[in-house]
Amino acid sequence: MNKLMTTREMVSRLENGMTIGIGGWGPRRKPMALIREILKSDLKDLTVVAYGGADVGMLCAAGKVKKVIFAFVSLDFIPLEPFFRQARQSGELEVMEIDEGMMLLGLRAAAWGCPFIPTQIGLGTDVVRVNKELKLVDSPYDNKEWVAMPALKLDAALIHVDRADSRGVCQISGPDHYMDDWFARAAKHTYVTCDELTDNSSLTATEARNVFWERSLTTGVACIPGGAHPTSCAPLYGFDTAHFKEYNSFAREGGFAAYFDKYVQGTSESEYQQRVGGLDAIQQLALPVY
Amino acid sequence: MTQAVTQYSLAELMICAAAEAFREDGEVLATGIGVIPRLAASLAMKTFNPDLMMTDSEAYLLSEPNPIGNRGDDFVQANETWMGFSRIFDNVWSGKRHAMVGPTQIDKYGQANISALGSDYHKPKVQMLGVRGFPGNSISHGNSFFVPSHNKRVFVEGECDMVASIGYNPERLPKGYSLDDIDIRLVITDLCVMDWKGPNHSLRLMSLHPGVTLEQVKENTGFELSIPDTVGVTPAPTAEQLAIIAQLDPHNIRAKQLKDNPPGDRSANAREQAKEAV
Repeated sequence: MNKLMTTREMVSRLENGMTIGIGGWGPRRKPMALIREILKSDLKDLTVVAYGGADVGMLCAAGKVKKVIFAFVSLDFIPLEPFFRQARQSGELEVMEIDEGMMLLGLRAAAWGCPFIPTQIGLGTDVVRVNKELKLVDSPYDNKEWVAMPALKLDAALIHVDRADSRGVCQISGPDHYMDDWFARAAKHTYVTCDELTDNSSLTATEARNVFWERSLTTGVACIPGGAHPTSCAPLYGFDTAHFKEYNSFAREGGFAAYFDKYVQGTSESEYQQRVGGLDAIQQLALPVY
Repeated sequence: MTQAVTQYSLAELMICAAAEAFREDGEVLATGIGVIPRLAASLAMKTFNPDLMMTDSEAYLLSEPNPIGNRGDDFVQANETWMGFSRIFDNVWSGKRHAMVGPTQIDKYGQANISALGSDYHKPKVQMLGVRGFPGNSISHGNSFFVPSHNKRVFVEGECDMVASIGYNPERLPKGYSLDDIDIRLVITDLCVMDWKGPNHSLRLMSLHPGVTLEQVKENTGFELSIPDTVGVTPAPTAEQLAIIAQLDPHNIRAKQLKDNPPGDRSANAREQAKEAV
């Protein structure tokens, strides 16, 4: 089965009002080429589920988002995502703010076909007060109450990996695959961009251990070298701190529209890459030291 | 080598005071969020609690803490096992972890906030990080707090604007729980060390940093503190501790963590001695 398609084709399969999960973590391995394609589309009223970074900030700033399900939205070295912050402070964004681990449980519940997973997380905090959709349940086995973390069912998951083949076998050789496997399992359809397209020949045992979900979960694959920019794709390239600083400065002056005009509007992905210094420059971005 | 030294920075004093939080932990994952807490956990692991576990702040567990900052191309870290984010939660929920975190707000119940500021949750005055892992951490394992600037904006009057972590608040206690199920340990600030062992789990002063007065602490805390009859002085670092801290932080990143990198002893006497030494 050949699952190769363009990012435009992937975005054309998304619909207004859908719930979209986005893989990666903060400024790390986000499917940014797909995010840029959404920014250029007419899509709106999305519910976004993410361990958020600029993906969430950009989609909010561009008016694509109705609701964000999040535990944090951060650029790491710039702790607060500037455009998410503006969207929240405007009071116009619906949110479901939950613990990082609760999000994992919600994705697992969706993946396993459970309506919820009981957890102690959130008890005693405002998480159970501000989220009216979170219910508490009694346990049939003890005298405690539990948070019933509901399944976070996704219409689509968007993920960037370093290598994939046309059948949808996706390898993540960076140090962490984050919750990407659970995003894929929680979603009806999973669209993957990759830095390198591999042939369909067999993998070494080490490579095979870098495959975290079966190909039957992958709906489409697009090869976009540098497609995670300005986020990182370890071990291939780090995140673009200079670009993030400029992005952050647009929140103080010019607004997101000025950023969008400068880099995204009317550009193909390769034109975008030219505007940020070229693919060679992206591939030379140093990996962060923690 | 165990003798206390006279010249040390406040950051170094706080690293040593914060390391004490991990002394009796045994074999748990020590997570210090931020430079000073991370150095504190690393110092504890390198000295009095070698059983601690630690990550590289990315995806591996280490048998030896990494020095912070650039480590040079030939550096090889001492990996022990893979510990990506999904597995971190398995550790968190097992309870075998002690995190030292830096909340933006802390209230008299030990509830903490890093999510948002303002009275209207739906239109926050200041959106911050989000609750992150605070809800799960606080109900699963021990937590300590690090406060680089002790003031009333951090130690708030009333409850936190957004309660992100469970504390000793009877009103919010979940069904089937007792306050003793909650485990908040030390609070290390730029003025003092405190714990939650006052009456009814209230915040209790343990020691004042050298040159800090009780009045300073009271004036900068938005709620009443429990003050024991005798309050000690936070011990100065030893020469051995300072040498290990220097190895763990070869680029002296600790000097940039507190405004103007103050000396550890802020008494008038110490200031005079420092002048004479120059």
